[in-house]
Amino acid sequence: MALRTLVSRKTLGPWSRFHQQIRGLQTFTLPDLAYDYGALEPAISAEIMQLHHQKHHQTYITNYNKALEQLDDAIAKGDASTAVKLQSAIKFNGGGHVNHSIFWKNLAPTSEGGGEAPHGSLGWAIDQHFGSFEKLIAKMNTEGAGVQGSGWVWLAVDKELKRLVVETTANQDPLVTKGASLAPLVGIDVWEHAYYLQYKNVRPDYLKNIWKVINWKYASEIYEKECP
Amino acid sequence: MSWSCSNYLCLSSSSSSSSSLISSHELTRVNSCNLSCEYKEQRRKDPINIVAYNGLKPPSYKLDKPQKRKNHALKKPNNISAYYSLKPPSYKFDALEPYMSKRTLEVHWGEHHRAYVDTLNKYLSKNDVLYGYTMDELLKVTYNNGNPLPEFNVAAQVWNHDFFWESMQPGGGNLPILGLMEQIEKDFGSFANFRQDFIESAMSLFGSGWVWLVLKRNEKRLAIATTTNAVTPLVWDDIPLLSLDMWEHAYYRDYKNDRVKYANVFMDHLVSWNAVLGRMARAQAFVNLGEPKIPVA
Repeated sequence: MALRTLVSRKTLGPWSRFHQQIRGLQTFTLPDLAYDYGALEPAISAEIMQLHHQKHHQTYITNYNKALEQLDDAIAKGDASTAVKLQSAIKFNGGGHVNHSIFWKNLAPTSEGGGEAPHGSLGWAIDQHFGSFEKLIAKMNTEGAGVQGSGWVWLAVDKELKRLVVETTANQDPLVTKGASLAPLVGIDVWEHAYYLQYKNVRPDYLKNIWKVINWKYASEIYEKECP
Repeated sequence: MSWSCSNYLCLSSSSSSSSSLISSHELTRVNSCNLSCEYKEQRRKDPINIVAYNGLKPPSYKLDKPQKRKNHALKKPNNISAYYSLKPPSYKFDALEPYMSKRTLEVHWGEHHRAYVDTLNKYLSKNDVLYGYTMDELLKVTYNNGNPLPEFNVAAQVWNHDFFWESMQPGGGNLPILGLMEQIEKDFGSFANFRQDFIESAMSLFGSGWVWLVLKRNEKRLAIATTTNAVTPLVWDDIPLLSLDMWEHAYYRDYKNDRVKYANVFMDHLVSWNAVLGRMARAQAFVNLGEPKIPVA
C-alpha cells in the first residue's frame, strides 16, 4: 500500500509540473505582413490579400488555439480518445497557421525585389537540380495545377540529402508531413481562396503571375541556413 | 434560346450522318464536326448557352455549305466519339438570388462545370476503353477500387455538379414532406438533429469536398456522408439523395470565408426537398424502407 502511494506520488510530481508548463504555454497570434495588402497588385489583389490574411489565416489560428486548449484539457484528464480525436483539427489548423506564416514571407512587392531570380548558392542549386530557373517554375506550375482540390506546392531543400525537391501537400498538411528532413523554401497556396476572386477557375494563370512577387531573397536565406 | 432548345441541339446533331443516340441521360454519340459547327454558331448567338463542346478545333469551312460538311464526315467515318454534355440547371441563373448569385452560377456552371465536361471529353477521346459507359458506370470503373484513374476526378465532378444543381430550387428550404420527413425523423431523431448534423459535417471538411444525404443500401437507413475533392458516395454503392458543394468556388463570391452562413442558407432557402423526395422514391425501388409486407394467404 505504502509502496503504491510512493509510486503514484513519484509519477504525479513531474506530470503536474509538465501540465503547468503547457497551461502557461503561449497561444498563437496573427503575424503582421511586411507589406501592404495592395502592394502585390496586379499579381494578387488587395481584396484577396486582406481576406486571406485577416479571415482565413486568423480562423486557422483561432481554431488551432482552441484545439490546443482542448488537447491540454484532455491530457489533464487522461482522456486519450479525445486527445487522439483532436489530432486532425490540430494538423489542419496548425498546418494552416504554419503554411500561411511561410507564405507571407515568400511574397514581396516587385519594388522590394519580388520576382527577382535567386543568385548565389540557391540559384546555382536550382540550375543544377532542375536545369534552369525557368524549368523549376514550369515544374512547380504543373505540379501546382495538378493538385486535386485544395493544397500547396513547395520548393524544399532536403537537409540530409542536400538537394532541392518539388513537393505538393493536400489541404493544410504542412511540408513536414512529406519528410522530416524537408525545409520549405517557397510554398504556394493553391486553395481557391488564394486566387478565386481574381482568377476564377484558371489556377494556371494565378501560378504564372505569382512568380512576379515571389521573394527569392528570403528563400535564399533559408537555403543558406539549412544547407550551408 | 431556352435551355430545352439547346438540349435538343445536342441530340439533333446526332441524327445526321452515321452517328446515333446511344444510351441513357446525357450520353450521346455525336459526329464531332457537326457538333463543332453547331457549337460555333451557338457560341456566336449566345456565348454562355452551350450544351456540348468536344474540345476539337472547329473546322475551317463555312457554315453555309452543308454539302461540304457531309463529304467531310464521309471522308472521316472514324472521327466519332462518346461525349458527355454540359446540362444546364432547370432554373434561370438569377432564380436563386439573393442566396446564390447569378454571377456565382455563371462562373460555377459556365466555367467550372464546363471545364470538367470539356476535360472529360478530351480524356475520353484518347481512351476508347472507357467508351460507351453510362455516367454512373464510368464513375465506378474509373474509381478503380480506390485507386482512381485520371478520368475519375473530372467525371465525378461532372456528375456531382449535375446532381448539385438539381439539389436546389428557387424558393427552396422549408421542411421535407411526406415519407421523407418520416424517414429523417426515424433515422436522425428529428429534423433539427439532421440539420445540425448536416451543417456540422460541412464544417468538419478539411479542404474541398461535398456533404451528402445518402440512403445506405444494406443498413436501409439515411445517413450523412462527407467526401473529399471529387469523390461521390456512388462509388461505395450508397444512393445519394442530396448534396452540398463545399469547394470554395461554390460559395466564395457570395459568402467569402463564411462557410457556416453558406451551409445554413443552403438549408433555409436553397435545398429542394422535392428533388430529394423524388430521388428517395426512385431509391426505394432498390431498398425496402418499410417493414416487410407478407401477403396474407
